[in-house]
Amino acid sequence: MKKLARGAALAVLAGTVATACAPGTAKTASSEDKQTGTVKVWLYDEANRAPKEQVVAQAVADFKAKHAGVDVQVSYIPTDAGPRAEKMKGAFNDPSSAPDVVEFGNTDLFGYTASGGLADITSDLANWEEGKDLPQDLKDTAVVDGKTYGLPWWLGVRALYYRTDVFTELGLAAPTSYAELKSAAEKVRSAHGDMLGIAVGGKYTFGALPFVWANGGDLATANGSAYTSALDSEKSQAGVKAYTDLFTDGICPAQQCADLTGGKTVESFAAGKAGMAILPNSSRSAVEAGAAKGKYAIVPLPGAEAGKIAPAFSGGNDLGVMKSTQHRSLAVDFIKELASKKNQLALFDAMGNLPTLTSARAEVVQKQPWLKPFTDTIEAGTKFVPKDAAWAKIDAQNVVPTMLQKVITGKADVAAATKEAAAAMNTSFSGK
Amino acid sequence: MPATTVTARADHGDSPVRSAGGAPAKGRRRSGPLARIPVPLWLLLPAALVLIPLFGYPLYQLGLLSVLKFGQPQASGGVPTEFVGLSNYTDVLGDSQFWSVLGQTLAFAAFCVVATLVVGAVCAVLLTRVGKWPRLLLMFGALGAWAAPAMTGSTVWMFLLDTNSGLVNEILGTQGHNWMYDKWSAFAMVAVVVVWHSFPFVMITLYAGIQAIPDSILEAARLDGAGTATIFRRIMLPMLRPLLVIVVIQSIIWDFKVFTQIYVMTGGGGIAGQNLVLNVYAYQKAFVAENYSLGAAIGVLMTLILLAVTAVYIRSLRRSGEEL
Repeated sequence: MKKLARGAALAVLAGTVATACAPGTAKTASSEDKQTGTVKVWLYDEANRAPKEQVVAQAVADFKAKHAGVDVQVSYIPTDAGPRAEKMKGAFNDPSSAPDVVEFGNTDLFGYTASGGLADITSDLANWEEGKDLPQDLKDTAVVDGKTYGLPWWLGVRALYYRTDVFTELGLAAPTSYAELKSAAEKVRSAHGDMLGIAVGGKYTFGALPFVWANGGDLATANGSAYTSALDSEKSQAGVKAYTDLFTDGICPAQQCADLTGGKTVESFAAGKAGMAILPNSSRSAVEAGAAKGKYAIVPLPGAEAGKIAPAFSGGNDLGVMKSTQHRSLAVDFIKELASKKNQLALFDAMGNLPTLTSARAEVVQKQPWLKPFTDTIEAGTKFVPKDAAWAKIDAQNVVPTMLQKVITGKADVAAATKEAAAAMNTSFSGK
Repeated sequence: MPATTVTARADHGDSPVRSAGGAPAKGRRRSGPLARIPVPLWLLLPAALVLIPLFGYPLYQLGLLSVLKFGQPQASGGVPTEFVGLSNYTDVLGDSQFWSVLGQTLAFAAFCVVATLVVGAVCAVLLTRVGKWPRLLLMFGALGAWAAPAMTGSTVWMFLLDTNSGLVNEILGTQGHNWMYDKWSAFAMVAVVVVWHSFPFVMITLYAGIQAIPDSILEAARLDGAGTATIFRRIMLPMLRPLLVIVVIQSIIWDFKVFTQIYVMTGGGGIAGQNLVLNVYAYQKAFVAENYSLGAAIGVLMTLILLAVTAVYIRSLRRSGEEL
């Protein structure tokens, strides 16, 4: 038994080799388009799954009412970069166990497309009536070589959540610059030893990147269609230093924070164990369900200089159809159902996920004043990861977290760690 | 799996007796070209039929993959594969991370092997010395650890070692201490779990071995005036030697290839990859970095290293005059 478990990796390796190599490559082009049967769906397992499950259950019921003889099976997959990449690659390599519909982060699209995993749904979206309401710039985020591979489902932008009760008690105002953020974090922790000044994580790539962008740095610079890492530029290094300087015993001790993921910082803030956190709008439901409910407010994450907003990562998730699907039409119908205005609004009410359809977004922004810091952040300008197939690989290999963790744990200084990360990124960009 | 090995071992021990008894029947009533194939080869056939497809084919594929350029675009994107010779091997061997990972894998495996053997042997001796109920309890406990899947065991231990709410920190009063933060502390915790998982096999094998030593031999030694230490050194150890060889080789192979415990407990290799061992490193390269051929090359190198270690060990035993 145990030997089997121990040798699992090698066995899996050998197994994949055998199946993947024998016929050359996995067959991904589907031959059928069945109109009945089970549509398998993989969605992200967010920090607070229950409300999402309710919305999806309703969408499934609506879908089944329109399609007789069709069943929908929904599974939730891990959201962390490494595990979700493994899951998706398993699906690409073994079409027989792959789902028909997948939810994926908009940054993953380029890698998945290069892997031949996603179906081209350009024409399906072109004749989708509700989809006319989708803004062009959002549609473009799912386009590779003129073909559309994803349907933008919802948007997520990060801003600074802070505890109003603690800030009032200590006579602090919401921070408007990095310096204020740091000193507020120190004051919170010195007054409340059991709280983190700000919950930041060594594995929280999209929590760290705003600091890099705020300092004028970037992940990579594009030269035509080729990217070169810019993580080791002076400005990027200043940003990395600003973020990693928060991992002190007086703010967020390295012992506790070095291996936190974004999801863990959500949990920490929601549980009332952090004075501040950098969380997306989609995590509001998790915070509302926790001990911090009613005791927090949200402001845009301050930039390096006073009064400026740190550029946020324009995150969001897409829905896609797997190339290997045997139920192509049904799968396309299902993603249209999930992304309908009705369901986008329901998802917003349940999770706080910002709708992608222009009319739906206008409606919720008008109705919900708490969204203002997020829309302000979007208006101040957002940033994105390199639109390159290599990014999914760089993300899955934890290049940015490894760099942060090396600095946080003192294994390397900022210069050495960023240089190493830049080299790793360039290796991936060069297709090695 | 271990049970098979033990049986195989027992068969081997019996075989001289069996072949001596069966010798007269050999060669009778046989004619034709098939008769020229020696009997041992016939006897190997069933095993070969199972082993060659099960081990030979995957090994062949592993070797093949390691000389190709094979990433995700090749696996599912319809990009043709390309023969690249030994460049995957030169990439691996030229990577300084490979050497540091290899070093810590060897050190970690060596530590685990020694610790497993010591704990297993001590418990085996303990089993022969204690009464019925303590023996039953120890057996149950050890079998429980043995039966626990590596995944479950590692996860449960991670609950116990949790930074903020783990039982270990609760008892020691060290809330907020992250056992997986320091490289060596993390390795030590994983080693504890690896040993916890594997000492029962050593314990039960050696316990069976000790029980099998005839009382008459021990009595004779005692009559000749041998003390406990001498009996252990001159009688028991030599008689247990074949079992020890098996147990050591098994442990080396297991601990060199440890995967689940590291992968689960350190989250895929620890903070900034500080706790990588070769198997996890190969997994990261193959399945996370989407470089299946590079992962295969590491797999081939691991197989070669294991073969070399085992060969050296068996050779040194032969040299010292012991038959395996």
